[in-house]
Amino acid sequence: MRFEGTDTYIVTEDLQVAVNAAITLERPLLVKGEPGTGKTVLAQEIAAALGVPLIEWHIKSTTKAQHGLYDYDAVARLRDGQLGDARVHDIGNYIVRGKLWEAFDSDIRPVVLIDEIDKADIEFPNDLLLELDRMEFHVYETKTTVACKHRPIVLITSNNEKELPDAFLRRCFFHYIAFPDDATMRRIVDVHYPDIKKNLLREALRVFYDVRDVPGLKKKPSTSELLDWLKLLVAEDIDAEVLRTRDPAKLIPPLYGALLKSEQDVHLLERLAFLNRRERAGE
Amino acid sequence: MFSQFFFELRRAEIPVSLREYLDLMGALDRGLGHYQVEEFYYLSRALLVKDERHIDCFDRVFGHVFRGLEPPDFEEDITEIPEEWLRKMGELVLTDEEKAQVEALGGWEKLMETLRQRLEEQQGRHRGGNKWIGTQGKSPFGAQGYNPEGVRIGQDENRNYSAVKVWDKRIFRDLDADVELGTRNIKMALRRLRRFAREGAADELDLDDTISATARNGGWLDIKMVPERHNAVKVLLLFDVGGSMDNHVRTCEELFSAARTEFKHLEYYYFHNCVYETVWRENRRRQSWRLATWDLLHTYPSDYKLIMVGDAAMSPYEIAHPGGSVEHWNEESGEVWLRRLLRTYPHAIWLNPLPRDRWRYFPSAGMVNELFEGRMFPLTLEGLDAAMRAISH
Repeated sequence: MRFEGTDTYIVTEDLQVAVNAAITLERPLLVKGEPGTGKTVLAQEIAAALGVPLIEWHIKSTTKAQHGLYDYDAVARLRDGQLGDARVHDIGNYIVRGKLWEAFDSDIRPVVLIDEIDKADIEFPNDLLLELDRMEFHVYETKTTVACKHRPIVLITSNNEKELPDAFLRRCFFHYIAFPDDATMRRIVDVHYPDIKKNLLREALRVFYDVRDVPGLKKKPSTSELLDWLKLLVAEDIDAEVLRTRDPAKLIPPLYGALLKSEQDVHLLERLAFLNRRERAGE
Repeated sequence: MFSQFFFELRRAEIPVSLREYLDLMGALDRGLGHYQVEEFYYLSRALLVKDERHIDCFDRVFGHVFRGLEPPDFEEDITEIPEEWLRKMGELVLTDEEKAQVEALGGWEKLMETLRQRLEEQQGRHRGGNKWIGTQGKSPFGAQGYNPEGVRIGQDENRNYSAVKVWDKRIFRDLDADVELGTRNIKMALRRLRRFAREGAADELDLDDTISATARNGGWLDIKMVPERHNAVKVLLLFDVGGSMDNHVRTCEELFSAARTEFKHLEYYYFHNCVYETVWRENRRRQSWRLATWDLLHTYPSDYKLIMVGDAAMSPYEIAHPGGSVEHWNEESGEVWLRRLLRTYPHAIWLNPLPRDRWRYFPSAGMVNELFEGRMFPLTLEGLDAAMRAISH
């Protein structure tokens, strides 16, 4: 099994090495990076490229490690007990399988995505140490051990909202998705919009990197914002000339709503455009 | 060879353990990263580094070990200039007159000294112009400019691409732990304080747990209690405003907006340079509405945690002597007032937006630090982390 990117996902060499190391050595890969640089999509693309199923486990602030293994639905059992249902005698009827169980049980080696692990409680990663290490766990209610048939390819993403414990990090490989440079960005856009006009793309990328360079933005636009914006530009049939214009009155890029997500950022850009205009008027 | 690499990494305080080292050996054994040095670099980075804050450091060690460069100097690194400022934007051709101007700047020693100063003053990326460091300018500092005595910083990668290896580009330097804080980072650090807030006596019925425990019990009631989940931490923030603090307004704003969303009880007041008889709530109305510091001490009980934010850059008189204030005649010295605050609020720290190595230029910073018994911390992620640890004890 080797991952080399797909038709819809450009993978840089360092990411490719990291992914392949994780596949070969059967270790979880922890992926960090700016929001919108394709962390979650990576898992989908790996699964698609290798032709294996993808099992996604999205983490919320209330998610417990146990949820990924199994849940014992005691309330349902209590209710059944009161109603005299015969099912109540087999505790196994009330064990609800979690995502990891599903993955361990899979007949082909699947890709497991543990998405945004930093959203969960601080103890969450620690509670998964043994399970990720041995890829097995014990069900106390039925006194059975669930072991994996094939060690799944585990991808974990984090947005850095919490520090992850050292013991957990030791068990993972790590990759930080750096923001793509100009050339990589062109390849990414090429893959998504193959028939976009060359000069429109060039001008759009220039505007995009200019906006990213504006100091003090609360949220810099990232790859996913750029792709959305290009989609709009193409849909609206905006001419490359409009983007190229150095007319100080139009320094805010057209359809900027796709690039800037907060009102303060839009104001900041407007203020800069205003200052720029005044400077030019003074020349 | 690799064990030397491993120990160099440990010496650079990158937390690599035997486990990571064996992983790397295992990976090489399985034929990964054998064929070219870049692949080996990517592989060892993925296996040995677990935090983007260490990647920059890793790059330096890698460059040193595998190319025999000069040993990385972790104390004082002159190449610590953000590469992007120096990005190639074009060539600059100067007239003879301009060249003469440039030569007038002085010798090597002076150049390095000025460079250091400028770096500390400079906040953002810059190009053009003839003072700041950046590209295309006439300043002696930066790439692609003209200055016969110029310091070459950030050699252009593209011009001689073959010579420059990936790890030398050091694209991860912005993620190093000492960079200035964003709101998100501050929130992360402040959360350390919040975690201790969810404590108290178990006096609330935990309905879910009671139901599930009762069910497990076969229908016999099993009452479960939990502590109330309230944010018990109370924070009193005192900000230094005006004067030398103007440069740090943004950082402080960020700290403030982050702190605001993290705590339920957050009180804030402003002061100038040092705390005296009064503090104020709104900077605009500071002349008309002020709160006597005595009232502050009496209003907020001592279980409040005191966080003071200021650069502590002032004349020593402003702390030590009555009448030392730059704004008014103070009957009692700032030191007396600081001591009173510290006596009332044993959990107190001082956050200083200036980097730690600049504190020594201001004797006042040392005095404040002494008053705070060493609990002055820089406003970096590490500093804030240490500060939150200190305050929660």
